[in-house]
Amino acid sequence: MDTKNLGDVAISASNLTRNFGQLTAVSALDLTVEKQTIYGFLGPNGSGKTTAIRLLMGLLKPTSGQVSVLGCNLPQEANKLRLQIGYMTQKFSLYDDLTVKENLQFISRIYGLTANEQKARLSELLSVYQLTKLSKQLAGSMSGGQKQRLALAAAVLHKPKLLFLDEPTSAVDPQNRREFWEQLFDLCDQGTTILVSSHYMDEAERCHKLAILEDGIKKADDSPQALITNLPAKVVEVQANDLRHIKDNLTKLPQVISAAQLGTHLRVLIQESVAQPIDFLQQQPCLSTKDKFTLVRASLEDVFVTCTGKEAIAR
Amino acid sequence: MKTSLLRIQAIVIKELLQLSRDKMTFGMVIMIPLVQLLLFAFAINTNVRDIPVGVVDHSQTALSRVLQQTVSATGVITFTHSYHSVKAAQAAIDSSEVRAVLIIPKDVSQRLVRHPSVGFGLPPSSKQETSRPIAQWLVDGSDTMIASSIKSLRNMPLSELLDKPANRNTPTFEVTLLYNPEQRSVVNIVPGLVAVILTMTMIMFTSAAIVREKERGNMEMLITTPLAPLELMIGKIVPYIFIGIIQVVIILGMGYWLFNVPFNGGFAQLALATLLFICASLVLGLVISTIATSQLQSMQMTVFILLPSILLSGFMFPYEGMPEAAQYIAEALPATHFIRLIRGVVLRDVTVVEMGFDMLWLIAFTCIGLLIAALRFKKTLD
Repeated sequence: MDTKNLGDVAISASNLTRNFGQLTAVSALDLTVEKQTIYGFLGPNGSGKTTAIRLLMGLLKPTSGQVSVLGCNLPQEANKLRLQIGYMTQKFSLYDDLTVKENLQFISRIYGLTANEQKARLSELLSVYQLTKLSKQLAGSMSGGQKQRLALAAAVLHKPKLLFLDEPTSAVDPQNRREFWEQLFDLCDQGTTILVSSHYMDEAERCHKLAILEDGIKKADDSPQALITNLPAKVVEVQANDLRHIKDNLTKLPQVISAAQLGTHLRVLIQESVAQPIDFLQQQPCLSTKDKFTLVRASLEDVFVTCTGKEAIAR
Repeated sequence: MKTSLLRIQAIVIKELLQLSRDKMTFGMVIMIPLVQLLLFAFAINTNVRDIPVGVVDHSQTALSRVLQQTVSATGVITFTHSYHSVKAAQAAIDSSEVRAVLIIPKDVSQRLVRHPSVGFGLPPSSKQETSRPIAQWLVDGSDTMIASSIKSLRNMPLSELLDKPANRNTPTFEVTLLYNPEQRSVVNIVPGLVAVILTMTMIMFTSAAIVREKERGNMEMLITTPLAPLELMIGKIVPYIFIGIIQVVIILGMGYWLFNVPFNGGFAQLALATLLFICASLVLGLVISTIATSQLQSMQMTVFILLPSILLSGFMFPYEGMPEAAQYIAEALPATHFIRLIRGVVLRDVTVVEMGFDMLWLIAFTCIGLLIAALRFKKTLD
């Protein structure tokens, strides 16, 4: 990595490991996040997403490995970093018994905004995040989507250069999720680097770059497009009778990575080594040439299943 | 420095807003001192009166009945039952029907005339006769307070029974009772109550302070901000100082108007001592808060501190009467020092300078406690 490149890097971690007693939550994580991008952590529950984020914020001390965030070496320079980062926790962490405005006022005082700055910034945030009408409502009485907008407003109040979002949309409906992502792209456009964790595929697909985590290990790391294109598997959709039975038989085959039913279809992931996947499937005793086979484009979910499923079979 | 003050201000405003919405806690601020003062000041009374007692009258004479009335007139006891035999009387004590029984012998009139306190002089030939008491008390001695009240009747003057002028002995010592000549217990209890109620509410409020933020998940947000531990601690304490002052005003005000507790000392002295004690208690609560992992735990630890503060601080039992080990424990509790201070200031008009040791001790306790709480509070999730 040359010097010019270093200036464009917001987060760089190498060999980052964190143990909790016997459990290794994050294992030898290497990570480079460029500035002004949205970087996603995709992984199932308990895959180490939250621990990784906490390590990168200096909230947890790594068992081993080096982290440098916005030029601060962690965990030594964690205090210096705090003014430059914003954090939106998985669980709503503002005060339920304060109103929207009181919560934002609290945060702005904590970050040392003067009275005039505070007034201007608050009215700006309230209008950007559509909270003006709700400003006198207690945070605890708001809906999931409203709480999430308030949490984001609080996290960006001090204009951080780097924003950590830990499963920000887990309590939010699809419509609000779309709007939320629009706001993230606006922030990114204004120069903020964003690191977001999620277990939603559609969300992961919106990131500039993506890391797939499982059991604290990074399985893949690239742009969603590249991950899909480079997927070492082919996807065949099968239309037949008795799909449950076929699925059970197919998943026993070593060439089949996974088979999942989607309504009237069965989506079968077959390893790349199989040159003619449709012929291969037709030869199976549970299927016949009368059934309908279509070779389809892989999705991010297929990438996720391939990355995390391999390990399961190896075990 | 300016931003630091702003952050402390942020916490103070936030705490006050939360407190104003938490009606239960707000109610406790007023109700705890009010109810406890009324309860304790009326209930705790070391001058026991109207103890229910029985009588076994073997004599059945006019004299024996006058004797009963004279004893009853002291106000210490009330005759509620009469028994035919000593055996029946003893059974009544066993079953807690009465706390004591007066047994009047058949020859009570002979015993009375020969009694030295009556003042007929000693009949020279029968010295043994003269030493006989005129009647006997059987007392349930398990409660020392009741027993000593009845013991105090041992030497009550009886001469008016025979229409004779009182012939009291000259006492060995002359005793002058300062500050509380009427010996009313409220005078001692009300200032002590300030210490007990403040210990209870102040420790309770702050011991939950940090834990609550942890339990509700707010801590994860707070530690990612530039807020320093000491700023958080100070911000958490300041609102409760005002609450403590409100409570002191309630207790001492009610003590003055309702129970006529004299208020001899200077207000400035009182304010200074009280402020220091409030700070010391709040800091103690904060230390608990950094140790406890749930609000329930913090409550349990508060009770753990509260009980010795009531029993060992000199509020109920004199400090001097405790064994040395208990005195060391008492010395460690802020309540002990404050009870000395407030009794001194309120009842005896002592200046806090004269009680410098107790003041210094409270100051040291506050500073060290604040330091411990701030050091124990980590800004990581490890």
